[in-house]
Amino acid sequence: MRSIISFELYKIFRRPRTYIAFGAIAALIIVIQFGLKVDGKSYSDFLMKDISDTLTIDGNVLNGYLICYILLQLLLVHVPLLVALIAADMISGEANLGTLRLLFSTPFTRTQWVLGKFIAASIYTIVLLIWLAFLALFVSMWVFGTDDLFLMKSSYVVLIEQNDVLWRYVGAFVFASFSLLTVTSLGFLMSSIANNSIGPIVGTMSAIVFFTILSTLNIPLFSVIKPYLFTTHMNNWKEFFDIQVNENNEAIKGTILNIAKIKTSLIVLSVHIILFVSAATFITKKKDILS
Amino acid sequence: MSVIQVNNVSKHFGSLKAVDGLSFEVQAGQVFGFLGQNGSGKSTTIRMLLSLIHPTSGNIEIFGNSIKSNRNNVLEEIGAIIERPDLYPYLSAKEHLQLFAKLRSKKITPSSIQDTLVKVGLKDRSNDKVKTFSLGMKQRLGIGIALLHNPSLIILDEPTNGLDPQGISDIRNLIQHLAKEEGKTILVSSHILSEIEQMASHILILHKGKKLADGPIQTLLDPNKMIVHLTTTNDEQAIQVILASSFSNYLLKRSQGIYLSIPHFEIPLLNKFLVTAGIGLISVESKNSLEDYFLQLTSNLN
Repeated sequence: MRSIISFELYKIFRRPRTYIAFGAIAALIIVIQFGLKVDGKSYSDFLMKDISDTLTIDGNVLNGYLICYILLQLLLVHVPLLVALIAADMISGEANLGTLRLLFSTPFTRTQWVLGKFIAASIYTIVLLIWLAFLALFVSMWVFGTDDLFLMKSSYVVLIEQNDVLWRYVGAFVFASFSLLTVTSLGFLMSSIANNSIGPIVGTMSAIVFFTILSTLNIPLFSVIKPYLFTTHMNNWKEFFDIQVNENNEAIKGTILNIAKIKTSLIVLSVHIILFVSAATFITKKKDILS
Repeated sequence: MSVIQVNNVSKHFGSLKAVDGLSFEVQAGQVFGFLGQNGSGKSTTIRMLLSLIHPTSGNIEIFGNSIKSNRNNVLEEIGAIIERPDLYPYLSAKEHLQLFAKLRSKKITPSSIQDTLVKVGLKDRSNDKVKTFSLGMKQRLGIGIALLHNPSLIILDEPTNGLDPQGISDIRNLIQHLAKEEGKTILVSSHILSEIEQMASHILILHKGKKLADGPIQTLLDPNKMIVHLTTTNDEQAIQVILASSFSNYLLKRSQGIYLSIPHFEIPLLNKFLVTAGIGLISVESKNSLEDYFLQLTSNLN
């Protein structure tokens, strides 16, 4: 299995296409960081306009922690599309090239190949996420400095002390890795069905868009299935930034408001990963390699 | 010793019988030629040997092991190229060999990778990306990957596709060297029948998924019996006369000319017989190549 994983990783990181995602993430983050560095004051004034009469905040509101939160809100919606570019090509791309028959006539079972490829695609996804974390969090901390994290939610505000923030980002990125691995496994499943590269990439993106719409629509008919859709849970990394309060409405350091929600989301995402990869394995095992 | 044993194997795609009750054996050290028209079931059979396609029925044993139950051990001893030499365009020839070396349990040293590059004539282009290669060079690299782990059985599907005459000759010499000097068993399919005739010791002819003939090439192309094509002044009458004579047993085919499989010493007697019957003989053309044998067998069925 180790041979397959290193074989696949070598191919992934020798392909020019792989670096599109790294380049796209870097470009987006640098542009946003540049904009906020140059014109951050008007952005924070805009954010605070509704509460500026009732609340005065001292210190550096637009610090590296807030910038990272803004970046994650923007990017974690789009990164799945970049992940699909590689994951959805893992099997179908080989079928399209004709190299699948070369691989499947080596002394490894198809199950080993599918799992090896999935692990390699997952490593790529994690590396992409680490790249995102490095640029969004550490570069932002370096450029904008650190201070308490002030977040405006829909009906309340959250203030997290700066020494209580970093572990929350670690948790958020670990959670985000589950979300992106779900996308990887969905792309993988699509890849096992088709024999061309484009179909599974478009299919994965379409499925994400379709289920995201179902997850966000407030129509009672769809409420029954919403809790079971992976797209309902993908953005729950934000739960790490909701904090419990005591009877005096003071934040309790080191707490998470709704940890059960995070656990449930992780279970739903994990079940999706297992189902998608199992289905991809079953389909690939049964397949006659004709192309 | 039997290296490949195919027992009553069939493969159906819906209602299409791509391979129908096929049985054959390949012995150790043989160069086994696999012949058939397009769609005859050659590639399907080769894919079943490599476990890329699952047979609908029947069983395949390689080195005495079932390909179904002992797949990985069997494939460890096989090197193959299937149809086209499909490779990764963004990798170099050397990278391909280094990568595929990782997939074998046998230790493959950097020097054996170099040796393989020399063997297939790609030493000077080893660091060039495959996207810059001609079809012939890709074919050589495909053969290099198949030979890299020094397998006992080599399966080559159309190995001379896309090669120039020098390349074809090189591959032919390589196949003969592998069989004679290194004792490899080789199953080779090709649509270039003259190539198979020069390389193979045994052949199998497939037609619409069924075996038409198999055996040693010397037996199938009996040198004592020539296949001849007669052109006479009156073919209709000549056929009637031959059918009524002791030569009727030699008559193979009457459409598109008169074909006979006849001992060479009887040809002058046949000539004399036809002239006596008032039929002029315009030409007697020897058709004793594998290609003629193949066409004669398959055109009867078509």
